[in-house]
This record gives sequence, structure tokens and C-alpha cells, in this order.
Amino acid sequence: MSATSFSQLPHIGEALRRKEDYRFLTGAGQYTDDVTLAHQAHAVFLRSPHAHALIKSIDLAAASKMPGVVGIFTGKDIDGKMGGLPCGWLINNPDGSPMKEPPHPILAIGKVRHVGDHVAIVVAETVEQARNAAEAIVVDYETLPALVSVADAAKKRGGVVIHEQAPDNQCYKWTIGDKAAVDAAFASAAHVTSIDLINNRLIPNAIEPRAAIASYNRASDEYTLYVANQNPHVERLLMTAFVLNLPEHKVRVIAPDVGGGFGSKIFLYAEDVALTWASKQLNRNIKWTADRAESFLSDAHGRDHVSHAQMAMDANGKFLALRVHSDVNLGAYLSTFSTAVPTILYATLLAGQYATPQIHVEVDAWFTNTTPVDAYRGAGRPEATYLLERLVSRCAWELNIGQDEIRKRNFINSFPYQTPVALQYDTGDFHACMDKARVLADVDGFAQRRAESQAQGKLRGIGYSSYIEACGIAPSNVAGALGARAGLFECGQVRVHPTGSVTVFTGSHSHGQGHETTFAQVVAARLGIPVENVDVVHGDTGRVPFGMGTYGSRSISVGGAAIMKALDKIEIKAKKIAAHLMETSDADVEFVNGEFIVKGTDKKIPFAQIALTAYVPHNYPLDKLEPGLEETAFYDPTNFTFPGGTYICEVEIDRQTGEVRIDRFTAVDDFGTLINPLIVEGQVLGGLVQGLGQALMENCVYDDQTGQLLTGSFMDYAMPRAADFPMFTLDTVCTPCTHNPLGTKGCGEAGAIGSPPALINAVLDALGPLGVKDFDMPASPHRVWEAMQRQS
Amino acid sequence: MYAFTYQRPATLADAVKLVASGARPLAGGQTLLASMKLRLSAPEQLADLSGVAELSGIRKSGNTLTIGAMSRHREVAGNADVKAAFPALAWLADHIGDRQVRAMGTIGGSVANNDPAACYPSAVLASGATIITTQREIAADDFFQGLFATALNEGELITAISFPIPKRAAYEKLRQKASNFPLVGVFVAQFDEGVRVAVTGAGNGVFRHAGLEQALSQHFTPESAASVKIHADDLNSDLHASVAYRANLIGVLTQRAVAKALG
Repeated sequence: MSATSFSQLPHIGEALRRKEDYRFLTGAGQYTDDVTLAHQAHAVFLRSPHAHALIKSIDLAAASKMPGVVGIFTGKDIDGKMGGLPCGWLINNPDGSPMKEPPHPILAIGKVRHVGDHVAIVVAETVEQARNAAEAIVVDYETLPALVSVADAAKKRGGVVIHEQAPDNQCYKWTIGDKAAVDAAFASAAHVTSIDLINNRLIPNAIEPRAAIASYNRASDEYTLYVANQNPHVERLLMTAFVLNLPEHKVRVIAPDVGGGFGSKIFLYAEDVALTWASKQLNRNIKWTADRAESFLSDAHGRDHVSHAQMAMDANGKFLALRVHSDVNLGAYLSTFSTAVPTILYATLLAGQYATPQIHVEVDAWFTNTTPVDAYRGAGRPEATYLLERLVSRCAWELNIGQDEIRKRNFINSFPYQTPVALQYDTGDFHACMDKARVLADVDGFAQRRAESQAQGKLRGIGYSSYIEACGIAPSNVAGALGARAGLFECGQVRVHPTGSVTVFTGSHSHGQGHETTFAQVVAARLGIPVENVDVVHGDTGRVPFGMGTYGSRSISVGGAAIMKALDKIEIKAKKIAAHLMETSDADVEFVNGEFIVKGTDKKIPFAQIALTAYVPHNYPLDKLEPGLEETAFYDPTNFTFPGGTYICEVEIDRQTGEVRIDRFTAVDDFGTLINPLIVEGQVLGGLVQGLGQALMENCVYDDQTGQLLTGSFMDYAMPRAADFPMFTLDTVCTPCTHNPLGTKGCGEAGAIGSPPALINAVLDALGPLGVKDFDMPASPHRVWEAMQRQS
Repeated sequence: MYAFTYQRPATLADAVKLVASGARPLAGGQTLLASMKLRLSAPEQLADLSGVAELSGIRKSGNTLTIGAMSRHREVAGNADVKAAFPALAWLADHIGDRQVRAMGTIGGSVANNDPAACYPSAVLASGATIITTQREIAADDFFQGLFATALNEGELITAISFPIPKRAAYEKLRQKASNFPLVGVFVAQFDEGVRVAVTGAGNGVFRHAGLEQALSQHFTPESAASVKIHADDLNSDLHASVAYRANLIGVLTQRAVAKALG
């Protein structure tokens, strides 16, 4: 079925309320911590209080005798018995040598490398007993100097060696683009605009903390791991093949209801492995739920780039070439996809929406004594968008061109478009998004509003951001050539029951995205059955054939496409059954609105009757066709999808206090075909406030010397609240994706990608008259006030 | 949380006995319970004061408003006498923390804890209130002694706080976005005898600002407050604000509080 005919089916584009919300809103959700297994014990992890220290000795004597203790394991117990956590993406240096890949032990062996590094797992009958025992463990540390900030790492000051495999603490250098061509373009440029900026480090903070329960069955020699995770098959593959050396079929991973992931639950974490392994050692079911302090210290963090960029332009503000250098913080160890985020998922997006002919990007990636950094909502693309959109607005200000005008002068106008940084955009309409956003934001009324603010002693500014992102990762062979150590397809299975209801098994995973509704709409639309007759099953390696999971806004475009392929197979088989029943040839049968029709006649059979016939094959072509109606499909995309849009933010700033108030925010996105606009709106709103949270208040701060996390709780790490925002003005433009059967592009990350530069550009537009040119996130009152003071 | 025993006395006399024998008094628990959960505080015995009738109740008598120590922020915020006689205090109570905090937190707990960024101590100090305890009456000027320190003796419980009702008053604060505590809060209260200004969030504990009081006692106008130079010397600096910014906020918030008090 073509994407165009698909988009016209009933239920497609219908703003149905989410099926799953009934159980979530009535407290019937089943999260990992809600799962209680018989005779379960509880684990607590003893974590390093130091950023960098040698472990001289660990004394378990007192702890082992504490009430309720079932077992305690340290690095000594696992050394040589299992591998370390693997990194899923290989990055090569310009000379072809591979990145430095030091071991990432499940429990620290001889050394701790960040505050929160796991030193021991303590298993006891109750959580409190495990805590008491953990406190009774005596660890003799010899503290070492810590390397904390990426800026310090890049200065290569001697003295701190975090891993002996990387004596200068550099993991890799990576480049993309034609440096000679960029240098030549800069040499002939009429104007060059430069910018230095920091993309502030973030802590993910899903509402549900990470949690897991491991269970070992002696009778079958099988393990079951319940875990708050975005991709249970990937979790299982990484854990069995790379760490525990177990046969994959002996481990079942179940990710039940998951309360938010934002990337932080993609990764295989040490806790998951330690619990699984310990469940066999102790022959006990073992549960662990992170407390919030642990989440701050041990969930992979996001962002943390220091960048310098330059744009070469002709006299009319036409972009000629872009040059970018970024120093990026990977933290103390390589988390699962950490190496791909600041390279493949970052630099390839630096063309943005612009026809910049030449781009060269250089990335230096560093180890530091901080929590590992990995994918966080947007993963590389927010960093690219923030850099590029800040730079583009600065170009506009320096050339005295409107922020909108400079973008329009440089937009890509025809598709497909091959960027100089590897990606090929299939479709888009950047002018349409910009034009619509300008109207909705009432840009024409801005001057008047600015004057009114001024009259009240306030500053007002407007900021633009025209983002593009690559979603639906990706063709497996392309990803493989770029260093991916996994495939990136998706699996879908459609099981039609004898009475015509349907269960869909998807390798995508919903941790807030509403797949149970969206995917049901896709199936109901295709089969012409009610949405309530479709149930979606996900998150269980024991029930779903295979799955790569949910991240990078890939679920509908890759997972949904796999379901579409399975539905194609269902339709083909069902047509054969219908042809047999109606005594005609397959080619003469059409499937329209849930009915099989013999072309040009009034003969027809409803879908439910075909389903029943498939399972009660009395009148059935048994010689040519198997009974049953169930199909599985794997879909490997031929390209990324490219959502894009323009965001316009207007802020008012209190000159006396530096408080930034978002007065209005307009987002126009192109997500291609929309299945459920209500869910899309929810995704966009969530993304926007997450991005604006980064721009306004969120900030992960370590003590530069000691490596202690200073923002280790919600007392110091500010999360956005509803009252911090106005009502958002949202709209969409639709250019359907050209290469998947749904025409969809994905909407999960757009808001978080596009919004930070829109806000900071608005702040800079407001502060511009005071002479403020540079400002790093977050725009907290204190920082804005200080920026104003520096100028006056 | 470490193990502890819990008791809920019904009378003040029983509460005093329990506390004298070493029990830790539990008021609204908005600080104590959180620190117990984090294992930062480990009392062996808790005496929950919520059942003690003598500690509740709000009454107005002449030009004095007396608020029982166990009055929840929500009760103070919604009390008709407080709203009519001392609206600035009702407003302050209505803007502490969030809804959950206001439903549980108490005025006595807040004042006894004397968090350097708590809201209530600024109202108590700026009003020149009297802290009534199981042993004596303590003037606000003598009560607050810096970072989490007060004049309370071991085993001494606050029973009520008695506020003289000012002619005009207002509270202004700028919140620290993470904790929702004030980054700086300023309470301004005008009496016939003069103006008192108390600042929270900016220093080692709540303090009065002599320069602002002097200027505002002469002219109770925002301009008068603006003319006062705020010295940054004794202010605190942290992740969320520098001393210079806090000094700026003291000036700005005082001007705004005065404007608000003037209506």
C-alpha cells in the first residue's frame, strides 16, 4: 500500500485518546518495581564517594554478619568471570586506528573512576538491611587527582590518567567533511562569523527510576530479568553475548510499563548484569530500584560539549562553508552508544536546513571522572541544532539581516538533497514551516510588543530555530559501515485471532509514547476493524520475536513499517482465502474497508469471516495454503527520516532580576503523515519543555576539583514545571517521508532538539541592545543578570 | 531510613515529657522526614506533635495575632483573621513550597528549624513577633541565631507565635528554581515605631537590614529603598547565586515589597 493511500484510511489522523491511559491513570500500570516475585531479596549497590581513587582493600567482615544479609559481591568476585559492559559503536581516528576502548567492569576492580561508580552489590532480605550492610563495608581508598571538565581534559594537562589504555584521556578524534574545500571557501569569504559555546550537561530524570528484578530457574537453567528498559532484546543481546557469555535463549528480558526513558534506559547498565549474575550465585530472586540520588549519579548523562564554530558567507549572507570543532565529554567509561552520539548523530546534522556547500567537523572525545554520558532525548541532534542555530542567528545580527531572512536565503529548496556531511534528505518544505510559524507567532506585531515591554522597563527578544533531525535510525548496512555493532531494523508480528481480533507484537517499546494506541490505529485502519479489537504487545523477549527498541524517534517509521509489512503479508494470504471462498482468482480480489470484494461484482466477504476460515479450514485450499493467519516481518529502512520545522520564541526579561519569561512559543513541525495528532501534540509538548528546561534552568554541575556532583538532587538540579511556560502554539506541515510505507517521520525528539536555540536566540535578541553577544545555557535569572552586568 | 519508635502524644504535657526523655519532636516533617529518608538524620524516637490540641488554633486579640505552632501553612493562608489583619503573612504562607508542603508544613516547625532560606523566619523577625515556648517567651530578635540555630533549649517546644499586626507589610521573594526555596526573600513591615526589614535566603540565616530600615522609617517608598546601598560582604554565594546578585535582589525585592505594601 502506498503512503498516500495509507494516509487516507479511516483512523489515520484521528485524535484518539490513548488506550493505555486508563491503566496508568487508575494506578493499574505494572512497572518493574510493581513486580514482586516469591521469596525475593533486595539489592543495594555500594558506590564510590570519590571521583578517582584506588581501592586498596575492601573489608566485608562486619557487613557479611549483618542481619538479613544474603550475599555481598565485589570486583574480586567477578574478575575474570565475565566481560565488561560493551560499547555498541566503533569510532575510528582519522588515521584509521580504532578508538580507545578501556574495560568497563560490572563492579570496580582496583579503581573507581567517578562518584557513583559501583563497588559492591549487597543482597539482603530487605532494602533497609541491605543498606545497613552496605554502610558497614569498609573500603580503603587512596584518592587520586580528578579530571572533571571537558575543557580541562582538552587542555591535556598532565597528571591524571583515568584509563591506562588512554594515557592522555582521549578516546578518539573524528572528522567528517572536506577540510581543504572548507579552507578554500573561508579564504574567499566576504564575511566570517565565529561563535564559542557550551552545550550544558544534563541529567535525564525519568519519573520512574531505573529498576530491575533478576530471577534464576534452576530447573530450566533460565534467567528472567525484569528491567526498566527501552529495548529488551538489545539488553539481552549485549548482556548474554558480551558480558555473561550465556546462550541468548536462556535469558528472558521483560521491560513492562516503563515510566519515561529519554534515552537513559537504552543502555545496558552494570546493575542489570550484576543482579542477573547474582540471582544464580545466590539462587534468589533479587530486586533493585534506584533511589533518586543513585539516578543522579548513575543514569547516563546527556550533552556536555564545548564547541567553536565559524560560518563563511558571501556579501549577501549566503553560506559558503561551515567549520566546527567540538570537545565532548564521554564521562569515565564508554556507555552503550556514547561514542556515536557526538559523531554520527551530531556532525552529520550540521548542514541543518541550509544548502551550505562545504562543511568540516572535527570532534575530540575525552574521558573524565564523571558519570558516563550517552544518548539523551535528541542525542547529538540537539547539540548540532543548538550550535548551528545559534551561529545562524549570530550571522544575521552581524550582517544586519533578519533572523528569518537569513534562514530563508539559505534554505534547501529541492529534494532529494545530498548534504556534505553524509546524509541525504528525502523531502521537506522549510519555507512552508517558516512562513506558517511567522504568521502564528505574529512576528509582524513584535516591534509593537517590544515597545510595550520597554515602556515597562523590560527587555523583549525574539528567537528563531529551524531544525532538522535524522530519525528512524537507519539502514543497518549504512550504520554498520559507520561503526554500529548492531542492526537497526525492526520486527513486527501480526496475529489475527479466529474471531477477527488482532494481537500485534512489536519490537518497538513504549515508555510513554502511546504505541498501544498509535500502532492499533495503523492495524485497525489497514484491516478495517475497530481500534479496540487490536492489542499491542511489546517489551518482552519471551513474547516478541525480536526487536531493536525505541530511541531516535524510530518507532512509527521503523517499528510501524515492520507492522505494515506484516499486514501486507496478512492481506496477501487473506485474499487467497477470499478468492477460494468466492471462487475467483486472487488477482480479482480487492480489499476495501475491511471487506474482500470480487472486482466489478457485489460479491464480498468481511475480514472476520476470512479470519474464522483460516482457523476453521473446512472450505479451504489446504493443498496450496497453510491454515492460520499470522505473519512476521522485519523492516530495515532505506534511509533516515528527516523531521524538521521552525520554532519561534519570544521572551521578556526583567532588567532588575534577570528573570526570563517565555511570552509566546510557536512550533511548526513537519512530521510527514500523522497517525494520531493528539499523541503527536503530547510528544511535541514534552520535547519542548525538556528542551526549554535545558535552556532555562537544567544544569548538571560538578565540583571542578573534587568531581563531586553539586547538583545531586532536586534541591539543586532544577526541573521545569508547568507554570514556567505559556500555552504553546503548535501546528504542522506535511511532506510525507518518501521511503517508508506510512509517510511518517517521527516526532519524539523534535521539541527537545529545536527549542533550546530558539530560547537563547530570543534572550540574546533581548540583550543585544545592551551589548551582550555571548550567553551559555541555562538562562537562569542569576546568569542573565550577570551577563547584563558584564556589559554595563 | 533507620529504625525508630513513634509516639503521638495527646497533650502538651506528655509531649514535653517525651521530648525531655530524648524524643525528637516531629511537626510537619517537611525537613525532618526527608533527611531521615536520606539517612542524614537518625532519631531513635519521634514525638509527633500533630495530636496536641494546645498547639493548634489561630486567634486575633486586639492588635495581636497568635498562631499555634502546629498550624499548617495552608491553615494560615486560608484563615480569615490572618487574611484580614495581616494579609502579607497569609500571602507568605500561601506561597511556601508547593501544595503538598503547605498541607503538611507548620509555622512552628519552620521557625524552630530556622533554615537560612525559609520564608517564615523573615515574617517573624520583620514583625518583631514573640515566640512562645513551653518555658518562656522569646523576642524574635533574640530567637534566630544563624544557620539552623535558635535560642531554643533542649526539650523546649514552641507552642505559638504572637505577631503584632503591622500598619502595612509585604513579602517578596525570588525562588531558586530547583528547590522552590527563596533565593532571596524580603519581608517589610511598617509600624508606628518604624519599619522593620528582614531578609531570608541571602545570608547565614534570616537577618534585619539596618540601612533599609532606617531609610524606610524615614520615607516608606520604593525610591527610599532604592537609595540604600546593599553591601555584599556578609552574604552567601553558592551554585545558584553570587553575593552580588543576592545583594541586588535584596534591593530590588525590598523596593517591590514596599510598592506592594503601599498597594
